Amino acid sequence: MNKAKIIEEKVFRYLSGFATFSLIAMLAFIIVIIFVKGFNSLSLEMVFKTPKGGYYYGGEGGVLNAIIGSLYIALGATIISILIGMPAALYINVHLVRKKRTQNTIRYLLDALWGIPSIVYGAFGFTLMLYLGLNASLLAGIITVALLITPIVVRTFDEVLNTIPKGLHEAGLALGSTKSEMAFKIMFKQGFSGFITAVLLAFGRGIGDAASVLFTAGYTDLIPVNLDEPAATLPLAIFFQLGSPIPEVRERAFAAAAILTIIILVISISARAISKQFSKTNIK
Amino acid sequence: MYTQKIETMTDTIEQANIEVDTTESILKIKSLNVHAGDNHILKNINLEIPKNKITVLLGPSGCGKTTLLKCINKLTDLYKELKVSGNIFIEQDDILNSSTNLPVLRQKMGLLSQRPFPLPVSIYKNVAYGLKLKGIRDNKLIDYSVEKHLRETGLWNEVKNRLHDPATSLSIGQQQRLCLARGLAVKPRIILADEPTSALDPTSSKIIENLFHDLKKHYTIILVTHVLRQAIRLADNVAFMYYGEIVEQGKPEKLFKDPETEKLRKYMLDGN
Repeated sequence: MNKAKIIEEKVFRYLSGFATFSLIAMLAFIIVIIFVKGFNSLSLEMVFKTPKGGYYYGGEGGVLNAIIGSLYIALGATIISILIGMPAALYINVHLVRKKRTQNTIRYLLDALWGIPSIVYGAFGFTLMLYLGLNASLLAGIITVALLITPIVVRTFDEVLNTIPKGLHEAGLALGSTKSEMAFKIMFKQGFSGFITAVLLAFGRGIGDAASVLFTAGYTDLIPVNLDEPAATLPLAIFFQLGSPIPEVRERAFAAAAILTIIILVISISARAISKQFSKTNIK
Repeated sequence: MYTQKIETMTDTIEQANIEVDTTESILKIKSLNVHAGDNHILKNINLEIPKNKITVLLGPSGCGKTTLLKCINKLTDLYKELKVSGNIFIEQDDILNSSTNLPVLRQKMGLLSQRPFPLPVSIYKNVAYGLKLKGIRDNKLIDYSVEKHLRETGLWNEVKNRLHDPATSLSIGQQQRLCLARGLAVKPRIILADEPTSALDPTSSKIIENLFHDLKKHYTIILVTHVLRQAIRLADNVAFMYYGEIVEQGKPEKLFKDPETEKLRKYMLDGN
């Protein structure tokens, strides 16, 4: 290799390495800042107690209401998005396989939906909520977040299914499977580990979004026990506390952000472990 | 030099002592045409496949052998660019135009691809899959069938202690035999083999070839290959394809000894 090529190789290597490690450094920096700023307020009381009177002025209590509310909304929305997204992605990849133009149009529309800002979903959810006669509630929040994350779920499932080798489709059909049997018994199995990653992405987006639940889920200091009751969420808890003039309350906002980050990290790690377990039988 | 090579090959065929009987055909292909856009991939194919024989579709890469094989069990459905016309009769059913249930027709034909594609489940479940599709729920019957077909493909002794391991834990050669066992479990009439040894080492290839010799007692085999020597070793009947056409077809001893076309003659020379 001549000298110019060696230099070119080294420059490219260091530049790409720098890009990669700066991303990791940025993630570490975010986590450190959140934890350092919220560390003093991070306590078991914060995790296991609901806000008491005057909590947002520095009084006692915690953000259990927002933790539970966020989990309810993200979980409900993720379940709905899987129920809609899975058949939709299978339909695109199994039944529209000979209709490339329809396939591409659907994919383009889903990509467009993916790109719509979450505040627009919030406004749409609010309109829908009024139309259906719903109050700001857990249900309205779940529906709106489901609308937000379903395009993510469908497109990610779609990409997973798209990478399944055609030979596996052929093997399934040649054994006498119907298209639906092939989809659910073979493609679903093969794509399962990828689906878990997709669900994780969707859940992470759902639990962390503030704009879509701003008008629809409401906010309360109580833990919702019915779908028609308002629900607090962690992003809104962070939003409300961060705007406070009281330093102690602002510190609690960072503690709430740390809790949200921990939830996402725990889900991410467990999902990867599950995904790894299920990918053992996958055809490479 | 050419004559010498042909004589050597003819000797090989005669040594193999192949008896050809094409009186009863199990599959009839009539006026089959396949287009992909402006490309005419298969041109007016007419072919009869004799029962319980190995028919080899021989030809250079890109001549349409695999497309022809995929037409036979209508897997061309998966390729939106392919337009297929004509008739393919398996017994009384025209698979291309039949109102009969396509999955049922496909179960009459087991498929062995170039590269093995085991299902993403255990070894046991791979073989049991087709049986369950057929509605068999009796576990004892499924156990029996799994063992029978794994034995039939010479795999039983190698996997009997790890039936519930992922199929992907097997070697490529074992995976190919598993795919064959999986196909046989649904009791097909025909085995469609698309260059099944192309990804295998010589030992595994030989095992598959020997299996084909045994299996033709009970099954009709259509084998796609571009390897002349494999065709000579296995064929009871040969169809030589070139640029989407069947240029010559017949019994191997006649075809290879006295090729009618320059194309086959040249292919035989290049193939050696």
